[in-house]
Amino acid sequence: MTSPIAPDLPARMPVKPRAGVWRRLVKRRLALLGLVIVAIVVAGAVLAPWLTGYDPNEQMFDGLTIEGSPLPPSAQYWLGTDLLGRDLLTRILYGARTSLIIGIVANGVALLIGTLVGVTAGYFRGWIGSALMRFTDLMMAFPALLLAICLAAVFQPSLWIVAMVIALVNWVQTARVIYTETSSLAEREFIDAERTIGASAPRILFRHILPHLLPTIIVWGTLGISTTVLLEATLSFLGIGVQPPTASWGNIIFENQTYFQAAPWLVFFPGAAILALALAFNLIGDALRDILDPTQRGRA
Amino acid sequence: MTNETNPILDIANLSVSVRGEDGEREVVSNLSLTLARGETLCIAGESGSGKSMTALAIMQLLPQPAARISSGQIHLGDTDLATLDGRQMRRIRGDRIAMIFQEPMTSLNPVLSIGRQLTESIEAHTSLSQAEARQRAIEALKAVRISEAESRLKQFPHELSGGMRQRVMIAMALALEPDVLIADEPTTALDVTVQGEVLELLRDLQRQHGTSVILITHDMGVVAEMADRVIIMRHGRMVEEGNTSDIFARPQADYTRELLAAVPRIGSGVGRQKSRDVVEVSKPANVADVSDLHVRFDLRGGIFGQVTRRVHAVEGVSFSIAPNETLALVGESGCGKSTTAKALAGLVPYSGDIVIGGRNLSGLGRDERKAVRRDVQMIFQDPFASLDPRMRVGDLVAEPLVIHGIASKDERRDHVAALFERVGLSADQMELYPHEFSGGQRQRVCIARALALRPKLIIADESVSALDVSVQARVLDLLKELQREFGVAYLFISHDMAVVENISDRVAVMYLGQIVEMGTRDQVFSNPRHPYTRRLIEAVPVPDPAQRRTRFARLDQEIPSATRKIGEAPLKLALNDVGNGHLVAAED
Repeated sequence: MTSPIAPDLPARMPVKPRAGVWRRLVKRRLALLGLVIVAIVVAGAVLAPWLTGYDPNEQMFDGLTIEGSPLPPSAQYWLGTDLLGRDLLTRILYGARTSLIIGIVANGVALLIGTLVGVTAGYFRGWIGSALMRFTDLMMAFPALLLAICLAAVFQPSLWIVAMVIALVNWVQTARVIYTETSSLAEREFIDAERTIGASAPRILFRHILPHLLPTIIVWGTLGISTTVLLEATLSFLGIGVQPPTASWGNIIFENQTYFQAAPWLVFFPGAAILALALAFNLIGDALRDILDPTQRGRA
Repeated sequence: MTNETNPILDIANLSVSVRGEDGEREVVSNLSLTLARGETLCIAGESGSGKSMTALAIMQLLPQPAARISSGQIHLGDTDLATLDGRQMRRIRGDRIAMIFQEPMTSLNPVLSIGRQLTESIEAHTSLSQAEARQRAIEALKAVRISEAESRLKQFPHELSGGMRQRVMIAMALALEPDVLIADEPTTALDVTVQGEVLELLRDLQRQHGTSVILITHDMGVVAEMADRVIIMRHGRMVEEGNTSDIFARPQADYTRELLAAVPRIGSGVGRQKSRDVVEVSKPANVADVSDLHVRFDLRGGIFGQVTRRVHAVEGVSFSIAPNETLALVGESGCGKSTTAKALAGLVPYSGDIVIGGRNLSGLGRDERKAVRRDVQMIFQDPFASLDPRMRVGDLVAEPLVIHGIASKDERRDHVAALFERVGLSADQMELYPHEFSGGQRQRVCIARALALRPKLIIADESVSALDVSVQARVLDLLKELQREFGVAYLFISHDMAVVENISDRVAVMYLGQIVEMGTRDQVFSNPRHPYTRRLIEAVPVPDPAQRRTRFARLDQEIPSATRKIGEAPLKLALNDVGNGHLVAAED
């Protein structure tokens, strides 16, 4: 009925096979900065015994002034000493071990639980969805700290138990956000299209919905690092976290915060360490989000 | 036309550029046009032709900060609009130039009442008191033939139908009696019967007030119906300009000729040569038999969330589709045609019987049902929404094969490559993502995907409605070719009577969840028996200015709602055979 007329607009020519995620990550300056910071923190944690001559728990004979106040940074104690006369740098290096484990493991488990609950509730709705979300709301309404205290009281405190306790408290917000996003994704037409070709629910969830949730998961993951590190500090402060004298960035701050005016470095340095780590993960997360999104390809 | 020497709007050498990934790109290039008082100028073109950008440039509403007017002047009377600042321009917008947008759903604020929105703009531009502004608003609503104007003022947008909302938009635009009205695809989102009414209304109001109108549309039927003068645009440039009758009778530019040739017309469907008798004689088993299909959605309300009302989306629909046949399901929005498709594709729960390839779906277990469903595939309306944007198109097309465990990885690749070639794409495009394709190409990807499992039936739900006419024509041709080649049957769902006439063998007309008329294409189009069918056919604007209608088929009333209280099931229409299988619902 018609004469053949001009063809559809030409598609962009095929781009060369995708360079690896890693190569594209290090090409971005900010992401590279983030990677460098994380590398430094990890190296510091792993190599702590070789990087410093002090023991993290040793109260130095000359670590306090005659009046008993901590020492400011000097050539001998690079970052000063804490209120018990221990070398702050050493404690921060060893504390990085605890904080990295908490920040990555606790946070990772929290994300995993939150995502699973959110996705399941958001996709299936019905009574499963309602039950899961009401449970989430209940957890949200329950004071997180109280819950953590209860859990910590039941289990013998150790680093791994503390990590699990934090995860069990922290998954709630993630679940809420993922739920909302999943339920709007589930309404999209391409999900209907998947169902018409016979795709099973797990396939739709993991192959089609999850990739769309990645940006949200990444953002919550990076935000969660500072939250969990600080929550661990709170627990330590209450005596149910990592047990003293084991150092963690959070409990260094908490132990010393009453001396903030007299010895600000005691709070400043561990605080800066938490900030730098959170920022580093944020930068990496931001870059990952763009790299993993094929619709962003070719954009700056 | 009254004052040729002194145009109300004069655009000279207008260029609009948009900053994008690779620097600035001109989306409107060197466009000059004039608009006389009382004239209707149509700017027609396909998507990406720059017609909407031109309208936004006139209104100084270009998307910021990406787009800007890079050169040229826009004179409204003696003022150059391009030089005005924000405050001066606000005074002109609404008062001297008004605009109607495509989507009446989204261009009214859902949380403000109609009255509030109408009086707001009147009060902003005039010194009328609140009471006077209200009076003016009521007059404006009456002018667009909205009944019970006074009580409508208290209503909110969601309480009105699409056509009503668009009339409210027109009332808003015309309340201040602007010199120029810009209507950007004002009827594209509306049903045909409503479209006719809105167009007629625009024409009447323009005649009464002497407003100049710029009508932006992709629909050559609307152009023929409305325009005094036409500008055809393509890729941001004016391709042709002329009086409507000249453009249609003697198009000069090649592109105009192609565009006109691609427009589907009612009465041109004779090119389809398929001997229906052969099918009738051999009587192969039907691909699908649907009988007494019901789909109802419960609406919950009240304190305890009990079911208070029910949407009777599909009410006792029966039809069957033979192999190699195209059954078209036509009707307007809300008539249940898409819901019927979804029930068939397994997306909504239903009651009644769906038999596919001789097997009744309701009697089968989960796995068997999955196997039977392989034979039914679907192509959706919006190719932008129906492909997962995060997957490569090659993987998307291969996915049905993966899910049903067909072929090895390498075989799948070859198979997909062959499918790509078959639907007019190249195999090296398999590595791309959906956003890297144009709308027509994406729809080809969807077709390849639907074909991957070699189904017996493909449901095409408004599959060409979102495409430009030239692309639409080629996709329709492709569908017909594929039918000849693979012997697949189509359930073709559309609101567009011209497209339906082009592709279908048989037609079923749906109204309020029921079929009111069903027969072969010739029976329905040359001898429409049911008044609703007739109205649908008459409402289609004819792309020929010589056949311009003086009166459009006007609806006596709004189409009633399919939502009913519990226990008030609608009456089931009885279908009578008026000869050779031409079924028509009895009128009450």
